[in-house]
Amino acid sequence: MNYQGPAKKLLESLNISLGDILNVKKPDISYTGMLLERTKDADNTHIVLKMDSGYNVGVEISGAEIEVLEKGNKPKIEMDPLDIKRDPEKMDISIISTGGTVASMVDYKTGAVHPAFTADDLLRANPELLEQANIRGKAIFNILSENMKPEYWIKAANSIADEINDGADGVVVAHGTDTMHYTAAALSFMIETPVPIVITGSQRSSDRPSSDAFLNLINSVSAARSDIAEVIVCMYATSDDKSSYLHRGTKVRKMHTSRRETFRSINTNPLASMENGVMKILDKDKEYNLRNSSELKLHDNIEPNVAFVKICPGINADIIDYHLDKGVKGILLEGTGLGHCPDNMLPAIERANESNVPVVMTSQCLYGRVNMNIYSTGRKILNSGVIPGGDMLPETAFVKLMWALGQEDNLEEVRKIMTTNISGEMEEKSSMDYFLV
Amino acid sequence: MDWEKLGLKMGLEIHQQLDTKSKLFCPCSCNLIDKNAEYEILRNLRPTQSELGKIDRAAFEEARRKLKFKYHAYSHETCLVEADEEPPYPLNEEALELSSIIASLLNMRIVDEFHTMRKQVIDGSNTGGFQRTGLVATDGFLETPYGEVKIENLCLEEDAARRIETSEDGVTFRLDRLGIPLVEITTDPSIHHPDQVKEVAYQLGQVLRSTRVKRGLGTIRQDLNISIRDGARVEIKGVQDLDLMPEMVKREVQRQIKLVQIRDELQKRKANIPEKIYDVNDVFQNSKSKIITSASSVMAIKLEGFDGLVGVELQPGRRLGTEFSGYAKKLGVSGIFHTDELPAYGITEEEVEKLRGFLGAVENDAVIIVAHEHDIALAALEEVQRRAKMALEGVPEETRKALSDGNSEYMRPLPTSSRMYLETDIPLMAINRDYVKKIQNNLPELPQEKKERIIKEYGLSEDLSGQLVRQNKVEDFEEILNEVNVDKTMVASLLAYSLKELKRDGHAIENLNLQTIKEILELLKNGKISKDALFDIFGYVADNKVSPSEAAQFLNLMMLSEDDVTVIIEQIVSNNESMVKERGMGSMGPLMGMAMKQLKGKADGKLVNTLLRENILKFV
Repeated sequence: MNYQGPAKKLLESLNISLGDILNVKKPDISYTGMLLERTKDADNTHIVLKMDSGYNVGVEISGAEIEVLEKGNKPKIEMDPLDIKRDPEKMDISIISTGGTVASMVDYKTGAVHPAFTADDLLRANPELLEQANIRGKAIFNILSENMKPEYWIKAANSIADEINDGADGVVVAHGTDTMHYTAAALSFMIETPVPIVITGSQRSSDRPSSDAFLNLINSVSAARSDIAEVIVCMYATSDDKSSYLHRGTKVRKMHTSRRETFRSINTNPLASMENGVMKILDKDKEYNLRNSSELKLHDNIEPNVAFVKICPGINADIIDYHLDKGVKGILLEGTGLGHCPDNMLPAIERANESNVPVVMTSQCLYGRVNMNIYSTGRKILNSGVIPGGDMLPETAFVKLMWALGQEDNLEEVRKIMTTNISGEMEEKSSMDYFLV
Repeated sequence: MDWEKLGLKMGLEIHQQLDTKSKLFCPCSCNLIDKNAEYEILRNLRPTQSELGKIDRAAFEEARRKLKFKYHAYSHETCLVEADEEPPYPLNEEALELSSIIASLLNMRIVDEFHTMRKQVIDGSNTGGFQRTGLVATDGFLETPYGEVKIENLCLEEDAARRIETSEDGVTFRLDRLGIPLVEITTDPSIHHPDQVKEVAYQLGQVLRSTRVKRGLGTIRQDLNISIRDGARVEIKGVQDLDLMPEMVKREVQRQIKLVQIRDELQKRKANIPEKIYDVNDVFQNSKSKIITSASSVMAIKLEGFDGLVGVELQPGRRLGTEFSGYAKKLGVSGIFHTDELPAYGITEEEVEKLRGFLGAVENDAVIIVAHEHDIALAALEEVQRRAKMALEGVPEETRKALSDGNSEYMRPLPTSSRMYLETDIPLMAINRDYVKKIQNNLPELPQEKKERIIKEYGLSEDLSGQLVRQNKVEDFEEILNEVNVDKTMVASLLAYSLKELKRDGHAIENLNLQTIKEILELLKNGKISKDALFDIFGYVADNKVSPSEAAQFLNLMMLSEDDVTVIIEQIVSNNESMVKERGMGSMGPLMGMAMKQLKGKADGKLVNTLLRENILKFV
C-alpha cells in the first residue's frame, strides 16, 4: 500500500486492506465504497474510496468511524491464454518491451492501470497485429526512459540479437520516449542487422482511447516487415491518427515535450512514411541497408564514462577540469553556433587532449553542421585538439563517443571513428530540405 | 394516468456551464467560435480493454461504428490541451469555488478531497476519449411543493467538443466548447409526478442563476431518467424546454406501457427471431421503387410472431418499427421497411407477397428489409434482430435523445456505471473546512429571498419584482437607484419590460449598457428630458451609439426652459386669438392639444397647462 503515516496506521489497526468495502462515517456525512490505493506522494491524512457511482472521493480520516462491510477479494489479473497457431505464411516479429506502456489495461473496478507486457496481452489489446505477422513478446526490463543507462543499451542489443538469431524477421522495441533517441543511436552503432529493428513508444499513455500507442505499434510491425534493415524510430508523422515516419535511429530527436509527432529527423529526411501497411520512401536518393544484405554482428562494447557539457555564456572552464579530475574518458561539447566555446575554456581542452581524452564538438543549434574554420575562436578550438562532430546531433555524438571509446583506446583511432560515418549519423552534404521538417 | 400505480420514478440530471474566465484545465477562454477551422486534426478512438476483458457497453457500441473524427482547432482560441497534445493544466480553482457555492446553496456536503476522474466517452466528443470529471459534493436536498427531493451528487466536469457536422466519413467537432467548466447536478430517482419534475428543474435553474453561470441557448442541458415498475430505466438527453417536460414524461410512460403490452403479446405468440439474413435482390429485380433500385443490394430478415406489432404506435407518429430503424441507422443506413407498412414507397403488394414467400413468412410473421450496400445492410439487420430480441423482454435500458415535439429517439445503450478511473495528470485537491465555511458564510441570495427583499425594500409589485429576479436584473436595478434618484417603479418597469419592447421594435438594445441607462435617467432626474421622451431616447441611443444628450438634442427632445415654453405658448395663444376670444376657457382643450403637439417631450405637461391657462385668461 502507498498509504503512509496516520492513514496507514488507522487502516492497519482495523486490519483493512485494499479492495475492502467500507462505510466511513463522519459527523456530517457518510460514504460507502471500496478502499483504493492512494496516489504515491499524496498526503497521509486522507483515504480514497471508489463509490458505486464510479467516482473516487478522498475522505479526511480525523473523526472518521470506519466499518468494514465486506472484505474484498484481491482482484485477479488472469485471462485465459490465447491459443494462437503460428501462421507459416506470415513473418515472425518480436516485440521487446523496455518499460513504459505500449499497451495497457484498465481495471475500472479499482481504477488501476496495468501495463501489458506479454505477447498475449499485446494481442488482446491490439488483435489487428495478427493480421500482419506472428507476434512474439518479451519484456526485458521495466524502467522509465529517464532512468535508462548505457548498460541497459547493451542488454537490449543482446536481447535483440537473440531474437534475430531465433529467427525473428524483424524486431520492435517498445521504449519510453524521453531517451528513445539515445537508445536508437546506441543500437544503431552496436548492431549490424540483417532485419529491421524498429523503436517505438507513445506520447499519450495506452490506457487512453486516444493513445498513439496503437497506431505506432501497428505501423512499427509493418516497418519490421519492411526491407529497411536498420535501426529506425517509428513515431507519428503529424498530429493526425494517420501515418508514422520511419526515422534513421542516429538522425532523430525528441523535439516537443508532449505532441504526438515529437520525433523529427534532423539534418536529413525521414527514410519513409508508413500508413495502413503501405510504406512510402520519402527521399528516393537516400540509400539504406537492405534486408539480409549483412550478417548479424554485435559490437556491444561501450565506455559509459563520457561527459556531456553544454556551452553557455559565462561558463567556467572548471567544469572540464572537474571531469578530467574525475577520470572521464571522453567529453562531448554542445557548443554555440558553428561549434564554439569561450576562449577561457581552451587551456582545459588542451589539457584533455594532452591526457588522451577526446573532446568532440557539436552545435546546440541542432540544425546544420559545425565548422570551426570560419572564426578565429573556432580555429583556436581546432588547434587545441577538439574533434569536429560534423552534422551529428549532440546526443548521437555523445552515444557514438561512448561507443568509439568502447572500440578503441587510441585517441587518433577514436578521432577517426568520430569523423567517419558509421551508421548514417553523418550526412555528406546539407540539403535545402533538411530544416524544420 | 395513475402515476403511483404505474410506479413512475424520475430523476433529473442538469448540466450547467459556469461563467469562468478560463476553461477547466487550460487557459483558453470559454467562448464559442464562429469562424472556419484554422487547423483540422484527424483522430480515431478505440476503447481500452478493461482488466476483466470487458469493454464498456456504450463504448463498445461507439467503437463498432468505427467512426473517424475530425476536429476544428485554432491558433489562439484553442490550445494543445483541447487537441489532446498536451497534458491538462491544474484544475481551475474559480470553477471549483463556483461549484462549491452551488453545492452549498443545495445544502450539500462538500468532499474532503476532490479527485479528477477520467470517464470513458468514445463518441469523439472528447479528444482524449474520456471526459474529466470529479465529485464536488453529495447529500443535498431541495424543497418542492410535492415534497423534498434529494440532490445526490454535484460534479464538476469539462464540457464536450461541439458537433459541427456528421457525414459518411465521420463526425466533425469544434474544440471551442471542449473544456468549458460545467456542473452536473443529479437528483435521486424520487420524483413521482410529471409536474414535479418541471418544478425541480425550475428551482434548480433558479439556484444556478443566483451564481455566475452562463446564460443562453446550449449553456444548460437537462437529462431525464424515467422508469415505470414494469419498464426499465431510460435516460432522455437534451430536454431543452421546461414546459415540455411533463409531456415528455407522459410520452415516455406511454411508450414503456406499449412496449410491455407488445412483449406480452409476443410471448403469447411465442415470437422468435431467426438468425438468418436473406439476400432478396431477386425479389426486387424488376421493382419500380426508387429507394429499392438505387441501392446496391436488398437484404431481409423474418421476425416470427411480429406481424402487426411492428406498426404499433408507441408515441404519436413513432412505432416499434421506428425503434428498430433507430438501431439500424446507427450502422449507417437511412432506415428500414417493414411489412406492417407495406405496400408503400413504390413497393407493390405483389412484391410483398413474393418477399414473404421467399422468406417463408407465415401469417403471424413480419419481414424487415434494408436496401443499402451489402455489408452495411447486413450489419443493420443484425442490429434490428438484436433490438427485436429486446422486444421479447419488454423495455430496453437506453439513452434516448429528446425531440422537440415531446417524443424521443434511440441514441445508445445506457452506459454501465464502471467506466471511470483516476486522472493521474491532475493532483488530488484537498478542500479544507475553513474554505467551505467561508463559502457558506458568503452565499449569494436565492431568487425567492431576493424577490421578497426587493418587494419589501422598494415597494415593487409582485409581478415587477418577479420579472427582475427572473431576468437577473436586480443588481442593475439596485445599482441604478443607488446612483440616480428616480421613481423606483419606473426603473423596475424599464428594466423588466421597456427594454424588451424596444428590442421587439427592432432596436439594438445590446448597445445599452448599465452606464448608458444611468446617464439617460440622470437627464430625466435633472429635468433635462421628460418622462415621455425616455422611450425614444433609449431607442435612438441604442441604434446610433451616441450619448444620451446628443440623442435628446438630435430628436429635439431636450426640455425647454420655462422662458422658451412661455414664448411658444404666447405664440400659440396669439395665433388663435379669435378662437380664444370667442370660446374663452373653452379653447383650453384644443390649444392644449396644439401646444403638446409642439412641446411633447420637451416641456412638462403641467407647466404647459399652467402657462396656457394664464395666457388665455389675459384675453378673457
